[in-house]
Amino acid sequence: MSDDKHGKIIGASRSRIDGPKKLRGDAPYAADHHLPNMAYAYGVFSTVANGRITGIDVSEARTLPGVIDIFHHDHFPNLYRTPSTFAQENKVDETRLPFEDAKVHYPGQFVALVVADTFSNARDAAYRVRVDYEEDEPVATLAQAMESGEPTPHAASGHTRGDPDSAWNDAPHRIESTYITPMETHNPMEMHASTAYWDKGDLVLYEASQGVVFARNVMAKVFGIPPERVDVRSPFIGSGFGSKLWIWPHAVAAAAAAREVGRPVQLVVPREEMFTTTGHRPPTHQTLRLATDANGKLQALSHDGINTTSMVNTYIEKTGSCTKSLYACPNLRVSHATLPANHGTPTSMRAPGAAPGLFALESAMDEMAESIDMDPLEFRRANYTETDESLDLPFSSIHLMEAFDRGAEKFGWSKRTPEPGSMRDGDEIIGWGMAACNWEALKMDCDARVSLRADGTAFASCATQDIGTGTYTIVAQAVSDITGLPLERIEVELGDSSYPSGPVSGGSWATATTLPAIAQAARNAIDALKTYATGDGGAFSGSEADTLTFADGTLSDGNGKSVDYAEVLNQLKLANADGEAHTPAATNDEYSFRSFGAHFVEIRWDPGISNLRVSRVVSAIDVGQVINQTTAANQVEGAIAMGIGMALFENTEYDSRSGRPVNNNYAEYLVPVHADQPEEVDVILLDHPDYAFNEFGARGIGEIGITGLAAAVANAVYHATGKRIRELPITLDKLMVT
Amino acid sequence: MRNFAYQRAGSVDAAVAAHSGQSSSFVAGGTTLLDLVKLDVMQPERIVDVRSLPLYDVERLDDGRLKVGAMVTNTDLAHHPIVTENYRVLSEALLAGASTSLRNKATTGGNVMQRVRCPYFRDGVSACNKREPGSGCAAIGGLNRSVHAVLGTSDQCIASHPSDMCVAMAAIGATVLVSGPNGEREIDFLDFHLLPGDSPDKEHALEADELITHVVLDAPMEGNRSHYLKLRDRASYQFALASSGVVIATEGGTIRDARIALGGVGTKPWRATEAEQSLIGKPANEASFQHAAELAFKEATAYEHNAFKIPLGQQAIVRSLTTVTA
Repeated sequence: MSDDKHGKIIGASRSRIDGPKKLRGDAPYAADHHLPNMAYAYGVFSTVANGRITGIDVSEARTLPGVIDIFHHDHFPNLYRTPSTFAQENKVDETRLPFEDAKVHYPGQFVALVVADTFSNARDAAYRVRVDYEEDEPVATLAQAMESGEPTPHAASGHTRGDPDSAWNDAPHRIESTYITPMETHNPMEMHASTAYWDKGDLVLYEASQGVVFARNVMAKVFGIPPERVDVRSPFIGSGFGSKLWIWPHAVAAAAAAREVGRPVQLVVPREEMFTTTGHRPPTHQTLRLATDANGKLQALSHDGINTTSMVNTYIEKTGSCTKSLYACPNLRVSHATLPANHGTPTSMRAPGAAPGLFALESAMDEMAESIDMDPLEFRRANYTETDESLDLPFSSIHLMEAFDRGAEKFGWSKRTPEPGSMRDGDEIIGWGMAACNWEALKMDCDARVSLRADGTAFASCATQDIGTGTYTIVAQAVSDITGLPLERIEVELGDSSYPSGPVSGGSWATATTLPAIAQAARNAIDALKTYATGDGGAFSGSEADTLTFADGTLSDGNGKSVDYAEVLNQLKLANADGEAHTPAATNDEYSFRSFGAHFVEIRWDPGISNLRVSRVVSAIDVGQVINQTTAANQVEGAIAMGIGMALFENTEYDSRSGRPVNNNYAEYLVPVHADQPEEVDVILLDHPDYAFNEFGARGIGEIGITGLAAAVANAVYHATGKRIRELPITLDKLMVT
Repeated sequence: MRNFAYQRAGSVDAAVAAHSGQSSSFVAGGTTLLDLVKLDVMQPERIVDVRSLPLYDVERLDDGRLKVGAMVTNTDLAHHPIVTENYRVLSEALLAGASTSLRNKATTGGNVMQRVRCPYFRDGVSACNKREPGSGCAAIGGLNRSVHAVLGTSDQCIASHPSDMCVAMAAIGATVLVSGPNGEREIDFLDFHLLPGDSPDKEHALEADELITHVVLDAPMEGNRSHYLKLRDRASYQFALASSGVVIATEGGTIRDARIALGGVGTKPWRATEAEQSLIGKPANEASFQHAAELAFKEATAYEHNAFKIPLGQQAIVRSLTTVTA
């Protein structure tokens, strides 16, 4: 996309600048730090879902080789809870501290922690710690929770306009459907891990974290020390999908153990417990009512969602967050309510609220379209709006119609025959479905620093993170854009809480938040350079700073004199010229900022062997300016793969009797493998800059790709089989004719 | 993981001798054992490493049978030219199992000894008669959709046998050669794995300290075509929901001989002999295949979440037979 504000580096395709480090093994992850005299911690995890500990016998474990200490609720230092507020940047989702008391609220809860000289010795001893419980009946599933009592409503998260119930009752065409989504687990490749040590009362924590600033502030609150005495480092993480946004009990346990034993301590959360004690996407129950007039215009829309939360904290899965503004509708309600269950506390998982919410909404839109005999794409076009009716504000930039048009054209939507089962290829029945996608655009406060260095390089730092998405690379692109230096001469460091305060890598807001601060810091660095250059002994001594120009690493005075900036600095024996900047959060004063898009999906169903697969996906995505074509397309492609998993496979299953999860491993918790990827995935990035949002016009791209994908698959499955699957995942047994 | 003694055996006899004692385990690829030891489900005090024993040859015998060393990896066996040419069902079954890296480690003998994937067995806590005889079976009445059987179950255990390789071997016909304190002996492959019955902890016909040294495949059925079809939720790296290994020979559209074995649906690698018999002399068409498929599941028992495996297993049979006779 041509654009007069920024140069060619913005929007270019660039490989990740941190790629070589990862290939060489030079990118240390949290558990890659092996410190002198380090001890290893391994958890003992509750095997009951609900109850209390009546006894802990460590006598055998204590005698085993290498055991240093064993912590539990009767032997653990007194710590403090974090107030857990977003504004103070000390939020967590589970506020209960490990080993607070003898209560067990969920299976997989830490009940003891063995610290030993090696990982193997710690695990060996952990297996020999005997815990007795008094066990109560668990609430283990959404169905059990629904039977257990009335959901607690959370009115502040809802929205109502008009009179949706009356309008629905009075409308000529209406549908009502209930959709269920299961518990999903993030399952990043890298285990949650903490490596902690204390140095004269200061805590250093290498943590697999999507938010080092929040992590630092939480640890400061928990240990009752100033945040300046805590440094949290997370330069590389093996993804998180939201599970690493906030501090979980293991990090507190590791840091406390390190202080108690007076040695560095490393704790890696085992894969099984990454299903229980580091968050999950909660199961949801969503009831939708849609009604239209004779022309297919929505007259009523209500979306009432319920999700389970833990016994200790309330987490609301805001399934109606997109419903309130995606389509024009005068009478609308979204509401959210929760029910407690014996699970660890849920947390944000890629596109929280929107991913399960748009499965329901976009499935219901398909059902509504069918009931009024309208093409599902035409139905969405008929209800298009450029106004966020929940805020009564115009969208800053919306190209949803173009997404519909270009996606449909690339996919060949016009060749679709509407009758279910009408498109065949040999043994296979082909189904075509589509859905819209939607995600909010947010921009937070951000600080950053850029230094022009005497060796001819530039250095940028910010306490945000690259969680595998390409943040290092786009920060370098922003520096390059302002300074004209090539990427090879730009060094970027992120993921350390001692750097200027940056955002958590979540909500798809890191790009829009970080880049303006980086750009401003780079401009300020150039200004500092000009000041030095025009001062005593400077290359342009005597000139006015504002008469100088800086381009491609060179200062010029407009009278024929040009000096490389490294030379300017060296001449003055200065290491660098620094610029710091703060850029503010975006507010919804004039505009509603959101991203849009559309998925078109082809599935193939072979009824002879009950085989279902996704064979083709075309996604047209409207996220404003794309900073890096390569990393942006990669985000959408990854989200499509994850959306296929959500549609067809993912489901954390709990036994309703024991309350324990049964498929808490990589073999039985199914995510798509390479062989499940569609033969064709086309990502179309519309690339219209949204300058009302920030100077780069970028809205962020990490999450939108998964929204709506499961609905597009479900709608395609309906088109192939005539079966409307309203409960994810869409497994073959739900489609078999028996 | 608990500490254990480790010993590398230099010969079959040394391995057998070293294994004596109740809580010893042989290890080859380690793809089952190490997994279960790390989960604390198996707690061997001694591990005897048989990986370097000279049991990695694949040899055609004079009578046309194929003698496969116990240490031949799944990868090597799947790509062995005699196997790809004469025992296609075996090659396909091996390649449908696990992942490339696991197949590179897993051995023929180890795969025969693969243990079940029932989550209640693997969690170390739930009632499980296989892990703790007499404690009960949490899978019955529990979550039993994916890795639980409909054939050969008992009220003591319903875990399905996880191996793909064994299904193909059951279809081909094979003999397991073992070596023990009392010398060598042969066990018919179909008798090797035991039904759970009243003693699901007893999984196979090996006696104390016996080591599998070879699996000898029957001579290939004359004029056969064979095929392994594995049905599952995702396209790779999942245990079979239902699978069918078929070996068939036809003459002028009439079935002369047929073998059918099933995976994912039985508590052991499941030979469907009555279904096979029904095919002989019949035309190779869908009606014959459908009839055979129905016979194969005549005795099936469905549990709370796996009733779909009965029609799915039938589909696997019909499609695999259709494919090889097309």
